[in-house]
Amino acid sequence: MVMRLPEKLVLAAAAWLLALGAATADTTVKWLHIEANPAQVKIWEEVARAYEAVHPGVRIEMHFLENEAYKAKLPTILQSRDRPNIIYSWAGGVLKAQIEAGVLEDITDQVKGYGDTIAPAALAAFSRDGRVYGLPIALSQVGFLYNRDLMTKANVDAAAIKTWDDLLAAVRALKAAGVTPIVVGGADKWPLHFYWTHLAVRIGGKAAFDAALRGDNGGFAGETFQKSGELFKQLVDLQPFQNGFLGFKNPQAVGYFGDGKAAMSLAITTTYHLQRALAADKVGLGDDKIGWFDFPVVPGGKGEPTDTLGGITGWLVTKGSPKEAVAFLKFFISRDVQTRLAAGNFLIPVVKGAEAGLNNSFMKQIADNLSKSRYHQNFYDQSLGPSVGRVVNDVTAEIAGGSMSPQDAAKAIEAAWKQGN
Amino acid sequence: MASSPSLGFVESSLSPISLRRPSWDGRFTVLILFLPPALMLFTLFVVLPIGEAAWYSAFNWNGFGKPTNWIGLDNYRFVLETRAFWLALRNNALIIAVSLLIQLPLALALALLLAERFRAAVALRMLFFLPYILAEIATGLIFSFVYDGDYGLVASIWRAFGAEAPHLLASTDTAMLAVLIVIVWKYFGFHMMLYIAALQGMDKNLIEAAQIDGATRPQVLRHVVIPTLYPTIRLSVFFAVVGSLQLFDLVMPLTRGGPADSSNTMVSFLYNNGISRMRVGYGSAIGVILFVICVTFAFTYKRWFVRDE
Repeated sequence: MVMRLPEKLVLAAAAWLLALGAATADTTVKWLHIEANPAQVKIWEEVARAYEAVHPGVRIEMHFLENEAYKAKLPTILQSRDRPNIIYSWAGGVLKAQIEAGVLEDITDQVKGYGDTIAPAALAAFSRDGRVYGLPIALSQVGFLYNRDLMTKANVDAAAIKTWDDLLAAVRALKAAGVTPIVVGGADKWPLHFYWTHLAVRIGGKAAFDAALRGDNGGFAGETFQKSGELFKQLVDLQPFQNGFLGFKNPQAVGYFGDGKAAMSLAITTTYHLQRALAADKVGLGDDKIGWFDFPVVPGGKGEPTDTLGGITGWLVTKGSPKEAVAFLKFFISRDVQTRLAAGNFLIPVVKGAEAGLNNSFMKQIADNLSKSRYHQNFYDQSLGPSVGRVVNDVTAEIAGGSMSPQDAAKAIEAAWKQGN
Repeated sequence: MASSPSLGFVESSLSPISLRRPSWDGRFTVLILFLPPALMLFTLFVVLPIGEAAWYSAFNWNGFGKPTNWIGLDNYRFVLETRAFWLALRNNALIIAVSLLIQLPLALALALLLAERFRAAVALRMLFFLPYILAEIATGLIFSFVYDGDYGLVASIWRAFGAEAPHLLASTDTAMLAVLIVIVWKYFGFHMMLYIAALQGMDKNLIEAAQIDGATRPQVLRHVVIPTLYPTIRLSVFFAVVGSLQLFDLVMPLTRGGPADSSNTMVSFLYNNGISRMRVGYGSAIGVILFVICVTFAFTYKRWFVRDE
């Protein structure tokens, strides 16, 4: 556990050095990713090698950056002449800024016909004004993962947690039983912003978010967003998180959950498998030890219980990239590969028919949730753009740390939205 | 000047490098030859970037393409309205205070002990200097493990006394304190070395003379040793203050300025708000403010304290 970060740094450094020193083939496609699960990266590698085998003269180079480092460095990387060709994206406002800056390749014509194989809503997230700038690869949902043993220990029935008050009661019961109720990677801030944003999704629904974007009803300083903060504060006041949660980075927190030290984690679906890789024993919690419940509803909230918060992730092609980059992406996001990744339970696929590969009841349940969802809210820190998104992360971390009131938090977001840069 | 008059006389009208006395011609040639490269480099890498930052600070710009959205001094207003900016400024002041009031006296005391020749002196000097040799990032990472409330050294010491270990870096109350401890640990050795070097270069006769005159040990220290160290102390204060203002790479691996901006320095605040959010104009405004603070300090300090050297 303690050695994890330096190890990763060394690996990343080594990967870059290798990449720099490698001899170049006729065409090199540089692919920058943030995937921390070695099992999934292994499959990607195999797919890349398979593609190279049938396309002589093309080389697929993979580069890794850690999630937070990637977000921070990307704008600079994109404007360098040596930029990678394929980059990871969460769509949303960050993508919008990139499109407006003209650093992305318009791949509409190159994906004509092929685009029909992909779920339309997912593809739409990577399109703007009818032009396509990237291809989605996976959908994800944010909800509570829980440790069955610890919940049983505290006599909490996870399946019965339906409302926000149920959650608060569960936290109290877990605390009373001497179990750390929730683990969160507070130093990275975005894991905390899930609470606030998912509450906003439950309280205001799609209408409130759209209104805030237009600046109606007081924008992000409006009632929905203040109330989200207040309800989040109710949870924070119970001190539900592990000791020192503001100092935990997300991979640390995921490992902590995998080690079985906390009962719940508000997480992205991918954490279900990531916790195994990041647990100290590299085994983590098995299928029989881990469970899932959707984010609780707020009585009187305008959001539907089926509304989801989550990501639509995919790959973008940068300006001036060789057409092999797009060709490889189409190969990578094909039914075969998606089925294979689905079978490994790494993702909820976006290619039609690939969900048949899902063979795990958890992943099937999530796929089912997402197909029923009529409002899938993209992560705020992505959908609101790099600057305002980070303010959302900041203020939710401040609410969690007790240094800002829910009202001030909502006002700070609105102020950032108005400053608009 | 010891050159022969004949040589000087014969060559003075022809050679620009007259040995008799450096004429205006001579100096002019030297200027032409030696100034442009330095001036160009300085302009290219120092003056222009500063000017550029000042220019960018007047735009609302996300770093992509060319800046077009002119907003005048608004970025400065935004910066001054940000609570985190004042926290960062306060933290910088705190770092300076700790450097001057704890780090330098500690370094001086150790230097006075270790400048004398005894068996372990060299080994101890090396030992105290070691932290300074470590890279800042490495230091930060090492201490983030030391401070870790679950696995760290601090935690195990705490547990040995049967108490629940605190997560020093995760609390707004203690994060800055934890950073300050690392700063003192890392840099006192450097200042100690400066003082040792100065002490060893000191004229021992002065001390002897004072002792013959009947000065006690404290008196020698107070009236002879420390006054002769003044030039070095002034230098070390200068390094400490400028270094404190620029502190960044220790903070990032330790806390990234968090939690809730409680351990940001000016530079990490600039990085977190200017670079990682791609608010280039806003970030430039912070940079310009920091630049003004540094320049004001450097010139005032030079004027007041170092003018005679």
